[in-house]
Amino acid sequence: MKNLALSLLALLTLAALLLGVAGCAKEAKEEKRSESKTATETPPVKKETIILATTTSTKDTGLLDVLIPAFEKETGIKVKTVAVGTGEAIKMGERGEADVLLVHAKKTEEKFMAGGYGETRRAVMHNDFVLVGPSSDPAGVKGLKSANEAFQKIADSASNFASRNDESGTHKKEFGIWEALIIKPEGGWYIKTGSGMAATLRVANEKQAYTLTDRGTWLVQKPNLQLELMVEKDKPLSNPYSVITLNPAKFENSRVKFEAGKRFADWIVSADAQKMINDFGKDKYPEPLFTGDSTLTTSK
Amino acid sequence: MDLIYLGFKQAFIMIFKGDRLVFEIALRSLIVSGTAVAISMIIGISLGLTIALARFPGRRVLLSLVNTGMGLPPTAVGLFVALLLARRGLFGFAELLYTKQAMIVAQTVIATPIVAGLTVAAVQNLNPKLRLQSLALGATRAQMLWTLIKEAKLPMLAAVMAGFGGVISEVGAVMMVGGNVTGDTQVLTTAVVEYVGKGNFPVAIALSLILLTLIFLVNFVLTQVQQRETSSWPKRISK
Repeated sequence: MKNLALSLLALLTLAALLLGVAGCAKEAKEEKRSESKTATETPPVKKETIILATTTSTKDTGLLDVLIPAFEKETGIKVKTVAVGTGEAIKMGERGEADVLLVHAKKTEEKFMAGGYGETRRAVMHNDFVLVGPSSDPAGVKGLKSANEAFQKIADSASNFASRNDESGTHKKEFGIWEALIIKPEGGWYIKTGSGMAATLRVANEKQAYTLTDRGTWLVQKPNLQLELMVEKDKPLSNPYSVITLNPAKFENSRVKFEAGKRFADWIVSADAQKMINDFGKDKYPEPLFTGDSTLTTSK
Repeated sequence: MDLIYLGFKQAFIMIFKGDRLVFEIALRSLIVSGTAVAISMIIGISLGLTIALARFPGRRVLLSLVNTGMGLPPTAVGLFVALLLARRGLFGFAELLYTKQAMIVAQTVIATPIVAGLTVAAVQNLNPKLRLQSLALGATRAQMLWTLIKEAKLPMLAAVMAGFGGVISEVGAVMMVGGNVTGDTQVLTTAVVEYVGKGNFPVAIALSLILLTLIFLVNFVLTQVQQRETSSWPKRISK
């Protein structure tokens, strides 16, 4: 028995070590290969790795799984995507912990630019928010044209509402609507999940609650949920995403990779990337998840 | 119900067909946690032996610290390691945040006290006369240590396994310091979180099943060790 245990351990350790060596070797090879490939096409800025701070919605829809490999192939710059809420992504930018931001919270973005942290801010794409809820529709909001009216009714009837409560772009949008209504959402009906969009949708599903979600995540998650679309296409529900590069003047002596970050920003608003964004999900969903916006480029 | 049935079906197909995505993630988990445990084995066993055998001022405080460390909350470890490795942190120059190395560091911090604490217990559970006896029989200090290690090797193996089981199933620290970067720092636990987020339950289930299998293997070996320990009493006395 003792020998069995010992040999098992030895085997496990050996396997892990071997795999480790093999894995590293393979990675090194792959890196080399991609290097030599790109060298013939466009000379990369430098063999660099940048950190893209972005929102959970871009990752959870799978959009970045399409965009990032294309960018890496074209430029030879490796991208590490850190998907957090927009609030945290912008704070990573303020601290110089990220090289480029892809976010969606207009007011916070404008504050970031006004603070001098950002160099350029460009429109990338948009989708929109939708209000979803249980088919029983206890607040009677289905089909309403106005999001504000729907929120008012939900609060008045104290129907369950699931809030991201994580400073994300979606949470900021939701909070903005409550604020405009001068309602302070509190009480047992207001469920603060503190998690990402997909997780919050599942909480709403279990608790028979309403929630505000971006259309992309909604379309992806819909097959797993028993929720229905309640309110859509109201003006306050638009959801524009911007790409922001950092301002070298503000981050002197820092390790931020401004040039490589800028290349990503330039690339994502290019015609090629915009086409990928517009085509994304066409095969799987009845409507596009995102619409490219780069023709509306506004630079500051 | 359909969701669960279909999820499991597709998960099994993926596992038995050797789906590349699933196995790459599993492999990365093994590499990261295996390396972390290997390092914590070296540090933890030396530290454990020192605490168990040497007498020095502050020994009890150190032992209390190690015992506290056995229950270190991984999320807190992740936060502090992330703060240290961030670009503006103390070790920012190394650019280690969101790399496998950072994950290994965090997991080593989590596993070392577990290995050290269990090593102390293992060595102190040995018959105290063993030490005196081997010295009396003319063993050098190094030979005496070796005898003790040989006697306690199975409980020490259990210590290492417990450390491995702890770190491979941990999600908070690796998420914070690794960032769950696709194809780079994504491990089993963080991938499960991501694929559930994406609504891709089959992949999430497949990854969870692999994780469960790994944990089962660890506990299987642990149980074998413990069972052997109790059943071997008569044998040892007759020695």
